[in-house]
Amino acid sequence: MSYSKPKFKEKYGNFINGKFVDPVDGEYFENTSPVDNTLIARYPRSQKADVENAVDAANAAKEAWGNTSATERAALLNKVADIIEANLEEFALVETCDNGKPIRETLNADVPLSVDHWRYFAAVIRAEEGSATELDANMLSMNIKEPLGVIAQIIPWNFPLLMLSWKLPPALAAGNCVVLKPAEQTPSSATLLMELIAEVFPPGVVNVIHGFGPEAGKPLASSPKVDKVAFTGETTTGQLIMQYASKNLNPVTMELGGKSPNIFFNSVMDEDDAFLDKAIEGAVLFAFNQGEVCTCPSRLLVQEDIYDKFMERVITRTNAIVQNNPYDTACQVGAQASNDQYEKILSYISIGKEEGAKVLAGGAASKLEGEFADGFYIQPTILEGHNKMRVFQEEIFGPVVCVTKFKDEAEAIEIANDTLYGLGAGVWTRDAHQLYQIPRAIKAGRVWVNCYHAYPAHAPFGGYKKSGFGRENHLMMMNYYRQTKNMLISYDKNKLGFF
Amino acid sequence: MERVAITERAIALVKQLQEKHGELIFHQSGGCCDGSSPMIFEKEDMYLDDSDVLLGELAGINYYMNRDQYEYWKHTHLTIDITAGRGSSFSLEIPLGFRFIIHSRMLSEEENSALNPA
Repeated sequence: MSYSKPKFKEKYGNFINGKFVDPVDGEYFENTSPVDNTLIARYPRSQKADVENAVDAANAAKEAWGNTSATERAALLNKVADIIEANLEEFALVETCDNGKPIRETLNADVPLSVDHWRYFAAVIRAEEGSATELDANMLSMNIKEPLGVIAQIIPWNFPLLMLSWKLPPALAAGNCVVLKPAEQTPSSATLLMELIAEVFPPGVVNVIHGFGPEAGKPLASSPKVDKVAFTGETTTGQLIMQYASKNLNPVTMELGGKSPNIFFNSVMDEDDAFLDKAIEGAVLFAFNQGEVCTCPSRLLVQEDIYDKFMERVITRTNAIVQNNPYDTACQVGAQASNDQYEKILSYISIGKEEGAKVLAGGAASKLEGEFADGFYIQPTILEGHNKMRVFQEEIFGPVVCVTKFKDEAEAIEIANDTLYGLGAGVWTRDAHQLYQIPRAIKAGRVWVNCYHAYPAHAPFGGYKKSGFGRENHLMMMNYYRQTKNMLISYDKNKLGFF
Repeated sequence: MERVAITERAIALVKQLQEKHGELIFHQSGGCCDGSSPMIFEKEDMYLDDSDVLLGELAGINYYMNRDQYEYWKHTHLTIDITAGRGSSFSLEIPLGFRFIIHSRMLSEEENSALNPA
């Protein structure tokens, strides 16, 4: 089944204080689709004044919103979930058009998962409680959770609606108002969402501003009128945001990517069964979402005694990947999100070859025919080499996996941890001891065991090392958006006796 | 002998940015999304210290990289170029519709022994 490019308006506004408004100085930028490099629509090229309007609207709304009941907030979060679900196909089409990912993924992963994240946080705030401890016969310590106030959120372009749905619900559920800036490559699904939920929240509770990092992102991240900044992106911007936050003594959470190892022990090939089939697919998941995933399993570690046989099947499966019109439900790998990503990935494949990596599959751009000829497509690529190569150390953010062998458990762990990052990892084995011990030895926030690329709500997700800090998709994220008010209450009628 | 170079068209873009923003630096980013790209900032914007390595000077501005990242990169020569596109970082060229990008090659044996003495 094949869909086609959805319809857009000629231009869109920022969503501030419950309505769409033009940018203050009237400037817009053109947003294009990586599927065919055609214009989608024009979006506001916001400046500091627009950011300030949004931040002021959020500040004006925070008192009342922070005092709403959990019952009320949960009901509104559920309403958003219902609205996304009722418009699933439209969101999926917009997301495919804006990002380039296959419609199969947006229909079955991005949009349904987004729905679930809203519902998860709606449920969480109905079930959680504060705490009280009787410190002695007359002294009670009571902990009440309070919202921080106004949250700035800067999200990436690889899963535009899903990243929004990882960030907005916990902040809103905790009672905060938010100013969210989508990536300038992918402003469309956030805008569609604001159109559909414009009436759901009181004005100022949710604000979305568009624009470029240096012009809109920086004033947002450095605003003294926000109480916290949450960011997903890369390390240099992460460092800058922390610097700006330090001037305001604001807390931050950071998710900054990885170079995740996916480790296959020899027992996976003990049988030629459904599990082996699953493991082969697990290795090929590097191509999922065109490799534009912070946890892309971009380092494939295979035990040496199964290496040749295992890789033969991985290569066959990789070469069978269908790369065509992203609006076709048969498409498995779509377009890279932008021209500069496309150029960067090709540049990495080139340095990989120069460093001595052997190309086992792909290794070049992929030229589609007809209307997609100007899109940004790259063949799923397997490079064989060693872990000191740059292609093994840097996040390529494309459908490129680098494979190497290991001898034993110790070497697998050593290679897995020889990276600046620690976001995700995969461990595949039939050995019950390895199932527990290897994940525990890997310095990463999420270790998938006999699976990969699952992102359910209710399982905390976040990084070790240079991959950042904070744990999203889970109840614990709420505390990154809250203060603890401790009330220390004395029930003693008698004075201390000091004065 | 240099670790880094810059193309003519990248120099032209740097000059355009200097006129608007004054003194600038390049910093090499790592990590996801728009990472693994050189980013350009106003000189005073980014806090630099001993954890940053100066790779060289290009078009009159310093090019830095975090030291632990440098350990994995030091055997390669980097050339800063530009490409049409749009990143979502705070790098100053983004509103102009270009991105700085690096092209890499292996250092020759001679370059390597001079730049990375054992």
